[in-house]
This record gives sequence, structure tokens and C-alpha cells, in this order.
Amino acid sequence: MSVIEVKNVTKIYGKTVALHDVSLTFKENCIYGLLGRNGAGKSTMLNIISGRAFADSGEVLIDGVSAKGNDSALGKVHMMGEQLLYNPALKVKEMFKTASWFYPDFDMDYALNLCDEYKLEPKKKLAKLSTGYRTIAKAVNALACGAPIVFFDEPVLGLDANHRDMFYKQLIKRYNERPATYVISTHLIEEAAGLIERAVVIKEGQLLLDKEADEVRSMGYSVSGKAEDVDSFAKDKELMGEDVLGGLKTAYIKGSLEAAELPEGLSAEPMNLQNIFIHLTNS
Amino acid sequence: MANFDGEKPIYIQMAEWIEENILTGVFPEETQIPSTTEISAMYRINPATALKGVNILVDKGIIYKKRGLGMFVSSGAEQKIRGERKQEFFEKYVKALVSEAQKLQISKNEIITMIEKGCDNNERD
Repeated sequence: MSVIEVKNVTKIYGKTVALHDVSLTFKENCIYGLLGRNGAGKSTMLNIISGRAFADSGEVLIDGVSAKGNDSALGKVHMMGEQLLYNPALKVKEMFKTASWFYPDFDMDYALNLCDEYKLEPKKKLAKLSTGYRTIAKAVNALACGAPIVFFDEPVLGLDANHRDMFYKQLIKRYNERPATYVISTHLIEEAAGLIERAVVIKEGQLLLDKEADEVRSMGYSVSGKAEDVDSFAKDKELMGEDVLGGLKTAYIKGSLEAAELPEGLSAEPMNLQNIFIHLTNS
Repeated sequence: MANFDGEKPIYIQMAEWIEENILTGVFPEETQIPSTTEISAMYRINPATALKGVNILVDKGIIYKKRGLGMFVSSGAEQKIRGERKQEFFEKYVKALVSEAQKLQISKNEIITMIEKGCDNNERD
């Protein structure tokens, strides 16, 4: 059980402001979705929290202690990132062994069981794995590590539909057995939507949203029909975006719809997490 | 298999899924239903969401907790759900049917004849 506090973190790479004065708290034992477009600053944030990069200003506290250079604080965080941080000459099982030096609660039996389920050969060298299996090896390592905070940065990259589904199932099973804080950063939003309890959205290095996933879903709705009818309905409402097809129009509107106010000939639908995300982060 | 990816909130879809299974006899009255842990793993949904769905049904008296054992279907649950669904049936289908019929200029008598025909066809099948 651990809490992460990100306080006024700014990170600049050359001329690019990757994160600008971001503050938020990740509470304990909750599954977060960290969402943002390419280059929004998601990985930068996870790298800073897990000690792989340093903030130019601001700080990160893990259970109230500054994480910077603090091994015991950083030992509470595991990050499954894009890069393989282990020597590629290692065998899969040796990678687990190495991880268990850093994470004393690493569960080797569980890891080997998962390998079996995924048909991942524990004696195979990391360098010899396909893209998909390299992702699986990293995911198994992350699920088994036993850290109270685990980051999954694009955990299903290169996985086929069956393996993605297996990963989501394993993640929920593991979470049920051993609650921890999971932060999942993914572009496959609808696939992961059901797993997520709370959504954090980053746009251009800034925090745009930090809300319960159900609340995010109720942030907007869409209304379709004849373009002029849609326009007159939407004119005094806050628009997130619109799609036009000939004389038809769909408007994406912020807020919730009062059933009584929808005029004849227009149809309304709730928006899913991915739709809301797209319209919030369109520049 | 059910798939909780529609646009309704997931916890509502989950509650409806349990109700559906009670109606069709998959979960008979006074028997145990799967735990939120099992449901969440099976459908890849957050356990907090699953719990929220289950709690709706507990509040409605459709299921109840047996301490240390799990969740059970209340007796009378099936009838309760059926009654509720009948009300919904009117709101969701009958009202929509009438308004669509008006659009197509189908008279009240024609609707009734069509419904009778539909019922007869179903009985013959």
C-alpha cells in the first residue's frame, strides 16, 4: 500500500517542455489509466516517478518521502517500460532472478506459472524473443514483482488479441489477490476501459483531468440528426467537437442530457471513454 | 459471453447481466452467484466496478449477502425483476413503437393487427 504525490513537477528536454507544473496524487490500491496523445508527457511522468529521469523542478513523494535517489522509496515502484532494462543475454528466468534482488516480494512460482500459460520458455534468452514475447516477458516480470506500485507503459505493445485479453485477465486476477497501485498507460483505451477505476489525462505536458472513470464517461454525450436541427439544439451548449456527413451532423456536447429537452428528430447517445478522450485532446 | 463494452456505465451493465441470468434461471433463487472477484476476472473489469454493480442489486433486494459465504439470489427476485422489466418494456418498446408507427402513418388498429400477427407467428414457431 503506497501513495505517490507528484508536486509541481516540470521537466524540460532541450527546448521542449515535457511536463509543466504537474501536480497529482495516485492513491493506494487503485487501477489508474494514464491517457494522453503521443508526446503528451506520459512516459516522462512515469520515468520521473520511478527514478529513471529527474524533474527540473518540483518533487515526487512516495509515502511522504522524496523519491529522488532514495532506494527504499524507489524499491516500492516497478516500471514496465518500452525499453528492456535487463541484459539481453539473460534468460527469461535469470531476468526474474535479477528482479527478485530489487523486489523482495517477487513471486517466482507465480512468474513461472504465467510463463507456462503464455507458452513463454523461461530458458530462452531475452535477445531471442519476438517483439510480442518480449512484451509478455516484461509484463510477467511486472505482475510478479510484488511492488506496491506498478507502472505499465504500453503493456500490450505488439501482442495479438488473445495475448492482450490474457494480460487484462491476469492483471485483474493479480490485483484481486494482491491489491497494489497499477498505472496503465495505453493507446488502446476502449480495450482497457473496464479495468480502469480512475483516469488521468495529460495534454501537452499538463494535467487535463483526474477523475473516476465513470465520471469521465458522463462528461459528454453526442447528438445526431439534420445539421440545422443539431446546430439549433447545440447553440447554447458547450461543444467538444462535431462530425459532418452531407446534411447530417453529430455534435459532441459537454455535460449531461436532460431527456426532456431533446427535440423530435434528433437522437442522443452517451460517449465512451475513448470518444471523450479523443474530443478532449484534439488540438 | 457477455461483453461489458457498451456505452452504458459498466456497473449498470453488470447489474443487468446478473438480473438477466436470474431471469433465465442460470442463477436460481436462494443459490450463490459468482463473487465480484470471479466476475471481475472473467470480464476484465475493475473489482470496484463489479462491487458497485452488485451493490445496486443488494439495495434493490434482488441479492443478499450471507456473511462469510458470498452473495445469494433472494427469493422472489425473479418476480421482482420481471415486474420491473415489464414497466421498462412499456417505456422502451411500446412508446418507441407508437412513435415510429406515427411517423409511418400506421393507424392504431393496424398496429394492433400487426401485434396479433406477430404473436400468432411466434406461437406457431
